[in-house]
Amino acid sequence: MKTFIPSKFIVERDPARCIQCQVCVNQCSFAVNSYDAADNEVMADENNCVGCHRCVVFCPTNALNIRKNTLDYRENYNWRPEAIEDILKQAETGGMLLTGMGNDKGYKVYWDHILLNASQVTNPSIDPLREPMELVTYLGRKPDRVEIDPVTHTLKNAMPPQVKLNVPVMFSAMSYGAVSLNVQHSLARAATEAGTFWNTGEGGLHASLYPYGDHTIVQVASGRFGVHSKYLNAGQVVEIKIGQGAKPGIGGHLPGEKVTAEVSRTRMIPIGSDALSPAPQHDIYSIEDLAQLVYALKEATGYRKLISVKIAAVHNVAAIASGMVRAGADIIAIDGLRGSTGAAPKVIRDNVGIPIEMALAAVDARLRQENIRNQASLVIAGGIRNSGDIAKAIALGADAVYIGTAALIALGCTACQQCHTGKCAWGICTSDLALTKRINPEIGSRRLVNLLRGWAIELKDILGGMGINALESLRGNRLHLRGIGLSDNELKILGIRPVGD
Amino acid sequence: MPANPALKKPHNSIIEINAQDIATHELNNQLKQAVAAGANKILMKNVCGQRYIGTDINSPVEIEIEGTPGNDLGSFMNGPRITVHGNAQDGCGNTMNEGEIVVHGHAGDITGLSSRGGRIFIREGVGYRTGIHMKEYGNKKPIIVIGGAAQDFFGEYMAGGVLVLLALNMKDSDYHRTRYMGTGMHGGVIYMRGRLESHQLGREVGTAELNGADHEVLSGLVGQFAGHFDLNADKILRHEFTKLFPLYHRPYGRLYAY
Repeated sequence: MKTFIPSKFIVERDPARCIQCQVCVNQCSFAVNSYDAADNEVMADENNCVGCHRCVVFCPTNALNIRKNTLDYRENYNWRPEAIEDILKQAETGGMLLTGMGNDKGYKVYWDHILLNASQVTNPSIDPLREPMELVTYLGRKPDRVEIDPVTHTLKNAMPPQVKLNVPVMFSAMSYGAVSLNVQHSLARAATEAGTFWNTGEGGLHASLYPYGDHTIVQVASGRFGVHSKYLNAGQVVEIKIGQGAKPGIGGHLPGEKVTAEVSRTRMIPIGSDALSPAPQHDIYSIEDLAQLVYALKEATGYRKLISVKIAAVHNVAAIASGMVRAGADIIAIDGLRGSTGAAPKVIRDNVGIPIEMALAAVDARLRQENIRNQASLVIAGGIRNSGDIAKAIALGADAVYIGTAALIALGCTACQQCHTGKCAWGICTSDLALTKRINPEIGSRRLVNLLRGWAIELKDILGGMGINALESLRGNRLHLRGIGLSDNELKILGIRPVGD
Repeated sequence: MPANPALKKPHNSIIEINAQDIATHELNNQLKQAVAAGANKILMKNVCGQRYIGTDINSPVEIEIEGTPGNDLGSFMNGPRITVHGNAQDGCGNTMNEGEIVVHGHAGDITGLSSRGGRIFIREGVGYRTGIHMKEYGNKKPIIVIGGAAQDFFGEYMAGGVLVLLALNMKDSDYHRTRYMGTGMHGGVIYMRGRLESHQLGREVGTAELNGADHEVLSGLVGQFAGHFDLNADKILRHEFTKLFPLYHRPYGRLYAY
């Protein structure tokens, strides 16, 4: 069927600069560029272009530029190009629209409406370059009371298991199959070097990644792929995945084409078979059932590992989080509206869930009201872009954040939203071996460690400016936040005062 | 862990545990201690609702249970052979990798959920969603044989392994009451006795007569079942069986627009 959808981008090739080297032909995994040997000319089929910039970055003579196709429809606020083209796609395929990455709609980004405080006159700021600054964070259940032996000055309580983060940033769950093994190697090495954690996602743990166990979170989700006793004990944290910000309430589906020999071995399913992750976990229909799985996993790991429970931020998130804490979770992970995905139905990604800022504020407040905030650590995810977002998240009550998209951008991702096609030209979200080798774990981990180092320095600067020398003192300290351009109700839910107040 | 006075060693390698009034965590600790002490066989008496029995034991030890074990019996199990003289509750054999569970009674919902290996034999009936999302890999192939009937969503999402539904409590002319049987099935096989209306089957399921290879698998499994419960295998096999199989290995292939 002829498609009525116009191309999204225009490939501009400067003939004066193009040397017909065909790097762009080889780099483009969407088959945009091609070489005509008879005419010694490189050409472009722009219909296929996704705007990922791989060709632009690798063109040795800077001959390429990708521009948005400015082809205009008659102006109509309701029938904008996206609405028209989505209908065309469905009329041409009869399927549900599938997409990748996180919600790209213009919902309010609350981080951009929150401002941080700093010290002036009445209390001194601290210079982090010359004075000690503490970013270390321990995740895990904390005792209700701390008792110190007066003689030995040591802790008398038995401490539940804890994990230590040198920076309050972990890498979100991204499964092998969704991302490539080289991406997971980059994440695992970077987490180990930076003293934080990476997360296997629901795809098992490849044999070559077991050595990074001290910095690994293993995930148990509804498909139970690759879950066995060695896997459960391989990491420091076992995360039960209930939901994901990009697709709350929706299961997963790794198509058979992506189940290669290595993916099959790691997921423990036959090569080429569809991997279906059902929407619910069928042993969890209630908080009581969640408690049952939490304790099943504690039994299966000898009570040595932390159990995290991850949910998507939905309307009733505070009450759900309270139940999760009471079910025995050591970590509550909440993924917001802008959380990303390797593949999700577009209508779900774009319309379901609530922003993580609101969910975080509501959950932290609720757990404090109920005097159970100490019983679990709070980790948030879903659109964290920089250290400013992190500082605001910590002040709103988070113990740490997960980053997924930001980590992939560090590896080269340009957020072109083609993850679901398996053709990622940057070699990130694909299992095509010709593409996956584009990520070198040595270089990838360096880029990730650099990012975390940069953010750590910035966080120390932010703390120093506030006159605080430990991240712990900012945690849940909403007096350091002010809202700008927010309604009274939004301020109330965020638990912060407006600017100038 | 303090030494446990309840651990008795009546014979060389048989250890007895009295589960009376012992909480789940403590009972499982005692079980692990008994395995660590080198027991080949552990006899658990007066079990009443304690969960997760057999979890985190990675050896082919024999565990005999008198009473009613609680939910998630043998969850994530990797090796033990459990015999229950009583009924099992929900989640029996949840995400099991290896081992065997033999229940001289009923079992509850989600028996064998997401199991990848091991064998489960239930003398009587089972609850909802039995064998849901069972999968096989390499030489691992989970097997569940049920003597009685099953509730709805039997074999849902099934991706591998073998489910056998003997329905010995039914006459050949009786209809099953289960609905949505094998819905979403994309691998594995179900052998069943008793009659079904077509609307009781999931849309992704086909029915066929058993061929020679099927009969061989079925008679092997019925033989084991009959051996566990002292029944006559030949008599069971004289009944008529139907084979349920997935019509498509990719049931959700044409679902998406790119």
